[in-house]
Amino acid sequence: MPPASFAPSLEVSGLAYAYPDGHQALFGVDLSIERGERVALLGPNGAGKTTLVLHLNGILEAGAGSVAVAGLPVGKENLAEIRRKVGIVFQDPDDQLFMPTVREDVAFGPAAAGLRGAELAERVTEALERVGMAGFADRPPHHLSFGQRRRVAVATVLAMRPEILVLDEPSSNLDPASRRELADILRSLEVTVLMVTHDLPYALELCPRSVVLSGGVLVADGSTQELLCDEELMRGHRLELPFGFDPRSVSLPV
Amino acid sequence: MHVPDGFINAPVSAATGALAATAVAVSLRGARRELAGTGQGGGGAERTAPLAGLVAAFIFAVQMLNFPVAAGTSGHLLGGALAAILVGPYTGVLCVSVVLLMQGVLFADGGLTALGVNITDMAIVTTVVAYALFRGLVKVLPRRRRSVTVASFVAALVSVPAAAVAFTGMYALGGTADVSIGKVFTAMVGVHVLIGMGEAVITALTVGAVMAVRPDLVYGARGLARPLELRTSPLTAPASAPASAPAPAAAAEPVPATAAKPVTPTPAAAPRRSVRKVWLAGLAAALVCAGGISYYASASPDGLEKVAHDQGIDKNTKKHATEDSPLAGYSVKDIGNARLAGGLAGVIGVGATLAVGTGVFVVLRRRKAEGAAPAAGVAGERA
Amino acid sequence: MGAGHAHKLYRHGHSPVHALPPHCKIAAVFCFVLIVVSTPREAVWAFGLYAVLIAAVAGVARIPAGFLLKRLLIEVPFVAFAVLMPFVAEGPRVQVGWLSLSVSGLWGAWNILAKGTLGVAASVLLASTTELRELLLGLQRLRMPPLLVQIASFMIRYGDVITDEMRRMRIARLSRGFEARGVRHWGVLAKSAGALFIRSYERGERVHLAMVSRGYTGTMPVLSDAAAGRAQWTRAALLPLSALAVCLLGWTL
Repeated sequence: MPPASFAPSLEVSGLAYAYPDGHQALFGVDLSIERGERVALLGPNGAGKTTLVLHLNGILEAGAGSVAVAGLPVGKENLAEIRRKVGIVFQDPDDQLFMPTVREDVAFGPAAAGLRGAELAERVTEALERVGMAGFADRPPHHLSFGQRRRVAVATVLAMRPEILVLDEPSSNLDPASRRELADILRSLEVTVLMVTHDLPYALELCPRSVVLSGGVLVADGSTQELLCDEELMRGHRLELPFGFDPRSVSLPV
Repeated sequence: MHVPDGFINAPVSAATGALAATAVAVSLRGARRELAGTGQGGGGAERTAPLAGLVAAFIFAVQMLNFPVAAGTSGHLLGGALAAILVGPYTGVLCVSVVLLMQGVLFADGGLTALGVNITDMAIVTTVVAYALFRGLVKVLPRRRRSVTVASFVAALVSVPAAAVAFTGMYALGGTADVSIGKVFTAMVGVHVLIGMGEAVITALTVGAVMAVRPDLVYGARGLARPLELRTSPLTAPASAPASAPAPAAAAEPVPATAAKPVTPTPAAAPRRSVRKVWLAGLAAALVCAGGISYYASASPDGLEKVAHDQGIDKNTKKHATEDSPLAGYSVKDIGNARLAGGLAGVIGVGATLAVGTGVFVVLRRRKAEGAAPAAGVAGERA
Repeated sequence: MGAGHAHKLYRHGHSPVHALPPHCKIAAVFCFVLIVVSTPREAVWAFGLYAVLIAAVAGVARIPAGFLLKRLLIEVPFVAFAVLMPFVAEGPRVQVGWLSLSVSGLWGAWNILAKGTLGVAASVLLASTTELRELLLGLQRLRMPPLLVQIASFMIRYGDVITDEMRRMRIARLSRGFEARGVRHWGVLAKSAGALFIRSYERGERVHLAMVSRGYTGTMPVLSDAAAGRAQWTRAALLPLSALAVCLLGWTL
């Protein structure tokens, strides 16, 4: 096994997968993400984005090919370790926040990994502070606003100190203010990010690099700005920019 | 029907408590099997808690869905039969028990010492009777969607009076009130046949609605969906599979391919006749029950009407004081109308039972005929 | 329900009753109800003493009488049953004014009314001084199977979410001009119920994925395990012990 510090955060090679009903969703995906990179995974509905994400922490088992996280191959024997390293934030925060209070929910991951006592409490506080939700620890999730719930959902994953943070449609259903707050939080994190999204301006704002998944294969990989400017590529894969948005005119935050 | 403390004496309460605990323990094991699904992430015991929890929350919520009857009265689902058919008998027992436990502890609805009585009656008897009947009927009837609806109807119809009979049994063993068993039996069963009619219609319609969209989620009909799997045929090219037919929509679901076994198709003439047979049997059963009511009604009109009245209230009113929470539906409904239900039992029992029964079957038949074709297309879209 | 709306059931406070560990309270209430149920119904005064005990606990917990009484309404159907009993029960009858009532029926009615009311009152006290979350932890410490506790927790967590979904469906129906008025509309309502089931089940599957993604393997990590001390058990035992004394007196006198 290569030393973890030199291995890329995520290494997917030749990944193919068919559902038990025979429907094949992935046809050989190669993707490598270096440490600290923020990458957007773009693609139309049904492109296989969710299927790919579920392979990253071993919920689905690769039919062919392999996935490795920080040099550790994803497989039955090290599932617990992999699930600690890969933090997935699902689209609906109500699915993610299943515990009675925010504190317990954030503690769930690290506690399942065996942490207890002061160390656990420290992890929880730290994760909640990073998303600006430290004052809400004892609140039931049902009483938070949608944006707050999304941020707590990010904290539940941060508490596990993941190698890579995977976000499924992080900006969906957020009002503009919550959207910006979440972007600020994500930018402030020093962690590898893979962001699955339809929200192209958000991808441009947050991720220097993008990959396009369409029909179960990666069809493009490059700078987000260049990809968004490639009209033919965009049209060919049902990716559309919002009205009045011109990726060329945007000056990117550094 | 939530029995309070002090209604059934201590020994019988304790015995039913032990019975309930055993049944729940057995169900915990059984539910793992039932819920170990075919979906993403594999099966295993760790699916049990979230799925059973969500199903329990569903039952809790659906008990608040009001079904208007007439003149301002409304009924609601008890859910035992529905749970058994949708998620299987073990999970059904488990979920209804959890709902009862929470109702007892949080809302004081049903006594703490009567928890065993309540679980035995409403979770175990209802669910087990409903599921046994349902499976039996599904086996006997032709392998069709409508059979599932008919089986659900009969299962729910019988399960409610069955619970009433069980309650009478417990009352006979340990009732603290000095009312003759005959009176309790008549009143309980009489009223619950009527309630069962409502339960049956709602259950059958709901199961039908789920069958139309996600037949794979109807536990009781799983055996029914599998023979429709067409994928293993060596002649079929992968691309042509979705176009094969509207009926095997279930095949699009992630069902393990190993289950695909060729099954000899049932001759087309046989189904119609056996549906009719069951239909007639159901009507006969309703007639016998209804006949029983009218007999007792004429024998002791006073007592019946009153006890029935009271039982009717119990059925139609769910009350506690948490207004404007999502539980507001779990609140007082007009008590006066229950008198209507009680009176109905004695006076027009036979007529109503027959009329409703016939009406339901007519409606169901038509609805099924209309609904079958468009519904099948939807299911194929998933994934 | 859900912890968020628990304030309807739960009254926040800092009384000695609130401070007791939940499992002590559950055990105490259960024993109390058990003792009440096994008291002979002829000992009318004993039930008065029980009521005094309950009132005392409510006083210590600073639960207003109005709140307690309103929650007692849950009992109404069985009050109705009890009221009917003297009319339908067997045995010798007494003439009260122009009514002919059964003696044993009167006793039966009294029995159900007294015991049922005390049982409900005790449960209401428990629910109004203990948070939902605490109640579940209490049940777990009383050796209720962890899986059952998990299922109950999920039911409570998602009860609100699903009720909200049901409400949104109703508003959607109303917005399209549909209002259920009678039996002929049941089909539409049942379709809603079916859709609600599918949504609930699918949510369950998604919750499972989210849990597995964070390392769930079938058992919940135990986060707080505050065992109750002897002093707390003793304080909790005050209620059932005094009830037991009353009960024994009831049997012997």
